[in-house]
Amino acid sequence: MNEIIIEAGRTEKNYWADIWRYRELFIILAWRDISVRYKQTIIGVLWAILRPFLTMIVFTVIFSRIAKLPSDGNAPYALMVFAAMLPWSLFSNALSESSNSLIDNSNLIGKVYFPRLIIPSATLVTAFLDFLISFIILAGMMVYYQFAPGWYMLLLPGFIILALLASLGPGLWITALNVKYRDFRYIIPFVVQFGLYVSPVGFSSRVVPEQWRLLYSLNPMVGVIDGFRWCILGVESPVYWPGFLLSLAVITLFLWLGISRFRKMEKTFADLI
Amino acid sequence: MSDIVIKAEKLGKKYIIGHQAERRGYTALRDVLMHNTRTMWNKTKDLITGKPIIQGDSIEEVSALKNVNFEIPRGEAVGIIGRNGAGKSTLLKILSRITEPSTGRVTIRGRVASLLEVGTGFHPELSGRENIYLNGTILGMTRKEIRSKFDEIVEFAEVKRYLDTPVKRYSSGMYVRLGFAVAAHLEPEILVVDEVLAVGDVQFQKKCLGKMGDVAREGRTVLFVSHNMAAVENLCRTGIVLEKGEIGFKGRVTEALKFYLNSVAEMIDTSNIGTRPDRRGEGQVRITDIKIKDQEKNENIPFPAGTKLFFEIDYKSGENVKNPRVIIGLYDLMNVGVARFDTEITGDLISVLPSSGRITCSTESAPLAPGRYFINIAFLSNGVIQDYLVGAVYIDIIGSDYFNTGKFFNESDLKLTKILIKHEWSVS
Repeated sequence: MNEIIIEAGRTEKNYWADIWRYRELFIILAWRDISVRYKQTIIGVLWAILRPFLTMIVFTVIFSRIAKLPSDGNAPYALMVFAAMLPWSLFSNALSESSNSLIDNSNLIGKVYFPRLIIPSATLVTAFLDFLISFIILAGMMVYYQFAPGWYMLLLPGFIILALLASLGPGLWITALNVKYRDFRYIIPFVVQFGLYVSPVGFSSRVVPEQWRLLYSLNPMVGVIDGFRWCILGVESPVYWPGFLLSLAVITLFLWLGISRFRKMEKTFADLI
Repeated sequence: MSDIVIKAEKLGKKYIIGHQAERRGYTALRDVLMHNTRTMWNKTKDLITGKPIIQGDSIEEVSALKNVNFEIPRGEAVGIIGRNGAGKSTLLKILSRITEPSTGRVTIRGRVASLLEVGTGFHPELSGRENIYLNGTILGMTRKEIRSKFDEIVEFAEVKRYLDTPVKRYSSGMYVRLGFAVAAHLEPEILVVDEVLAVGDVQFQKKCLGKMGDVAREGRTVLFVSHNMAAVENLCRTGIVLEKGEIGFKGRVTEALKFYLNSVAEMIDTSNIGTRPDRRGEGQVRITDIKIKDQEKNENIPFPAGTKLFFEIDYKSGENVKNPRVIIGLYDLMNVGVARFDTEITGDLISVLPSSGRITCSTESAPLAPGRYFINIAFLSNGVIQDYLVGAVYIDIIGSDYFNTGKFFNESDLKLTKILIKHEWSVS
């Protein structure tokens, strides 16, 4: 017989076990988001694929043709941009979806108990699905440029998870704040737009002067994008390891911050929503 | 089998609300700026440290629950009753772990399923079938459980033909039926239900009540909040009455209901009808007193069914009342209108009334079923509401030899009727 004690300020010992117990809810919420999306608009899904593709074309023209920035090794510039576009759209989609998730599901929060962490995490699945679809475009491009991937490609899942975790940290924090201060949601479009330019999406991170690279890696997406390029372009794009480790540390910090803030505010969600 | 499954100790819940202080006289821009900068700074500090920010200058704590203690043994069906705002919903929310208490603790042994709403999480774009899975999972069922009960749920909800239609095309009745059908097939050890039967057609409400009765009989614990007193009485063995966040009474459900109804009646103060603040209307005419009497001038006693009633209404006005109209409405405990007396219908009120006086409405033998009825009174002149009292007084009707046969309906039959009609049977 399981016994639950409900008390003020009590942190459940089995919070993480509870999340595991509610894994079916996670699956069904993710499935709901996806199936609703596909039912409502095919255009919306197409748009999710087209957007990174079009951005890639624009970036290639601007940064390669006009600004004449160098690519990584001999890799085609378009391919290098798209190899960064993938993790970037994964990150930005996951961030936008997760930070609005609690408000979007406010009807659930006021009426049933479950570990609230499930809601923002389930949105990551939708972002991941969009990613998989755009991945087909990458495959097409690699065939077009006759660019064969190396064994590094096998490490890609690790970096995908990293991109998701990078978005989950801030996403959790913002979605929790969003419950109380509804204007926090306006931060996200700004972060996404701004981030696209400060992250090495349209250009190689090696364009950044050597002495600034470590500092530049404070942007967690630098490490993720470098990793992606390394996996996809192979030796053409070696990873700058100190920077990568720094990015990793920043991701971990944000994740820890996000989870701890979220859990602190979690219990008052129902009173505020 | 008398082990305790829910134990609440000194349970309390406070909400903090902020008030804006009223500013008097003129305000200087400097003051406003200073004030705003200061609060801004404090709030930024709160935000960073993760404290809640309260809008407003002064803070008030509102207790939704205070020092609530109770124990519920396994297999008990408990009705929680109380007026709006007495803390019923807060209590249920704490028990279902949606919100946490500010003080005290609850120990729960067993799996809790809470049903605070019908069709929680239904998505309008998804089909009935998909929503069964969605809603079931949200309520805590596993996919396997849902699959094994799927046909039963569909049958119960009577929506077989529309399983693959998006629920946005469902009628509200179908929607509710589907939602309840899923919930009814939960198999938790403890079921917490809030007021969900207030929706849906009567036929289906009955079916739901039956289903919940089954749940209770199967030895599971049920906590049930409803304004439907009959449902509470049918379903529950014990009752907890909440009054302003505190437990007013706990015990057998019939006694709990009696306690509740009395406390509702006590809230109606018949001594100061002329000065009661909870009234509406222009106020040029004021009802100062209402008395209900029988033929022998007995006043405010429980009247036997079939008594000829006399409603005496005293009023006062600054001047003569032109084109007056008085309406008396009788409402049962569920706030359903039962009878209505209107001077406009009878047409026997003169067109100008003196500035003060007494109006009496006398009825024929009133065929009201035993029970308590609340009375609303409206006083109009020239078609404008001058004074309007909701729940001005109440009247108790008790059983009598209304049918002149020495027999009368028993308690459970009386739940099925609001009026008594003399009748005879014949065979041809």
